[in-house]
Amino acid sequence: MSQPMSAEDLLGAWRRMVTIREFEERLHKEMPKGQIPGFTHLYSGQEAIAVGVCDNLSLEDVIVSTHRGHGHCLAKGCDVKAMMQEIYGRAGGLCGGKGGSMHIADFSKGMLGANGIVGGGPPLATGAALAFRNLGNGRVSVGFGGDGSSNQGTVFEAMNMAVVLKVPTLFVFENNGYSENTAADYAIGAKDLASRCAAFGMPAEEGDGTDYFDVYEKTRRAVARARNGEGPSSLVFTCTRFFGHFEGDPQKYRAADEVARFRQSKDCLGRFRTRVTGEGWVRDAALDEIREEVLALIDEAVEEAMAAPMPDLATLTTDVYTRY
Amino acid sequence: MAVMTYREALTDAYRLSMRKDPRICILGEDVAGGAGASGQRNIGGIFGPWPDFLPEFGEQRMIDTPISESAIVGTAVGAALCGLRPVAEIMFSDFLGLCLDQIWNQAAKFRYMFGGQTSCPVVIRVNTGAGMSAGSQHSQTGYAMMTNIPGLKVVVPATPADVKGLVMTALQDPDPVIIFDHKSLFTEKGEVPEGEFYLPFGEADLVREGDDCTIVAISRMVKFSEKAADKLAEDGITVDIVNPRTLSPLDEETILESVAHTGRLVVVDESNPRCSAATDIAALVASKGFSSLKAAIELVTAPHSPPPFAPNLERAYVPGPKHIEAAVRRTLQGRNR
Repeated sequence: MSQPMSAEDLLGAWRRMVTIREFEERLHKEMPKGQIPGFTHLYSGQEAIAVGVCDNLSLEDVIVSTHRGHGHCLAKGCDVKAMMQEIYGRAGGLCGGKGGSMHIADFSKGMLGANGIVGGGPPLATGAALAFRNLGNGRVSVGFGGDGSSNQGTVFEAMNMAVVLKVPTLFVFENNGYSENTAADYAIGAKDLASRCAAFGMPAEEGDGTDYFDVYEKTRRAVARARNGEGPSSLVFTCTRFFGHFEGDPQKYRAADEVARFRQSKDCLGRFRTRVTGEGWVRDAALDEIREEVLALIDEAVEEAMAAPMPDLATLTTDVYTRY
Repeated sequence: MAVMTYREALTDAYRLSMRKDPRICILGEDVAGGAGASGQRNIGGIFGPWPDFLPEFGEQRMIDTPISESAIVGTAVGAALCGLRPVAEIMFSDFLGLCLDQIWNQAAKFRYMFGGQTSCPVVIRVNTGAGMSAGSQHSQTGYAMMTNIPGLKVVVPATPADVKGLVMTALQDPDPVIIFDHKSLFTEKGEVPEGEFYLPFGEADLVREGDDCTIVAISRMVKFSEKAADKLAEDGITVDIVNPRTLSPLDEETILESVAHTGRLVVVDESNPRCSAATDIAALVASKGFSSLKAAIELVTAPHSPPPFAPNLERAYVPGPKHIEAAVRRTLQGRNR
């Protein structure tokens, strides 16, 4: 295969994926220390999807994310340190400490919010795309969801509405195998999710969510269709998550060795490294160097977040309304 | 001033606003009507508020949708985040149950939850209330539930002038607004200012001034309270009638000032009584205006039952002028409780 993108772009994709991985692995270590409030859902294992999708988007395109949103935020360009502060509930966080892990947003980056309601986001993606259609600005929206959200009525409605209104949006489903503690195979009645998406009247493709290049290429085609006025598409990427539904989840529903096996067989970072170095597109050392830089950045982000001031109590009731 | 119906005032407000602001579009079931059908296109909406909006504003701005309330509101909300000023029409307020998440957890929370990064200028328009024998699932109000939601503004127009002024204000407001248009008021007539007309949110209308009792009445109940006041006047009893116009924000000052003057309060609301706008207003006066009260507060509401179908049952369900009149008289009997 010929090299699909420049070495610079490959290293950029690696940097984004490894940033997500190390961000999440670090949070996994920090969570038990008790300084991070609330519920946190980690994205480790799914990095190729967020990055493979968002690498097809411009700053002006928008995404709507899920409760498992750190990966989408980082892939869309959210600042590592400001995200970390938000997760620690600090004043300097992207949402001033009022959102937290499940509600990180950065509108300046086209990141319209992680969403604590499973299935809450896709209708918003349809709406964003309606705005782009009416304004004729050539932008597209992406609504991320999991296998869990794929069963929500809101998502069905959003998909049908997008087809009816022919708006430039993508519904990206990350099938990590589990809706909380319940297997996707049990909870999804259809034989396969992509065919159910296609039944709404849009192109739908299944892809390997552990293969950055597969995600990138399938998304590229769907984004091109959307920008070309051909309406919405769905993409279903299979993957796994390396941690539980939430941090602290004892994961009794998974076979004892499942995660360890999947860390070997379904690691999107490992696959990416093997591929790009094996083909001779980039060197191992370049990847390692980036990882070291990322680790240093995350060290700083955690250190700074822990030292950062809490939100001022006066902000408790600010920004409920623009004016009231 | 022109005399127009509540429906005509609605039409006037949206038409003027849409001519002025090209970002405004209306999404909902049959808002234009007849999409893809074999007969007439451009039905003009189920209760007829959008006559000839389709030819004037086109399909990009008059958007017929599937029957899909979550997606109607969600699509409007998403579009509001990305540069449009959408109006989501939900045909009956009873259907808010189908799209509650998009209102409660999405639109109303974005500004706060995202630390003030965005506003969400979406308007949700619903037809509300009893009076048409529409049965238990097409006759409720629902504005009390909405008033409980921080981040959302709640508008309850009682007159054609209210409709025009409040709708035009809503269409310029940066925050999510839900407007409850009472379907039993659509043919009511009243004087309405011509041209652009804006009524501020959070400013009640003192519909009538008197000395003996304050009636705070919501939506259709304003009209019934005026009828009651006419009867009471025959006995020399005069009342303040306060029409809050918006339940969120609520004009607490006008209510408290009125009760300070009259010393008595009757709250009239056609909704169910528990955790309602009526109990909210009663609590306001009990907690902040207790020293003004000469008598127990009277609440005139629907019973704690769903709205019934049979016309005689429905007439008994909806508070009427007689109930209001009797409640005022009870407050005048001093120790009414």
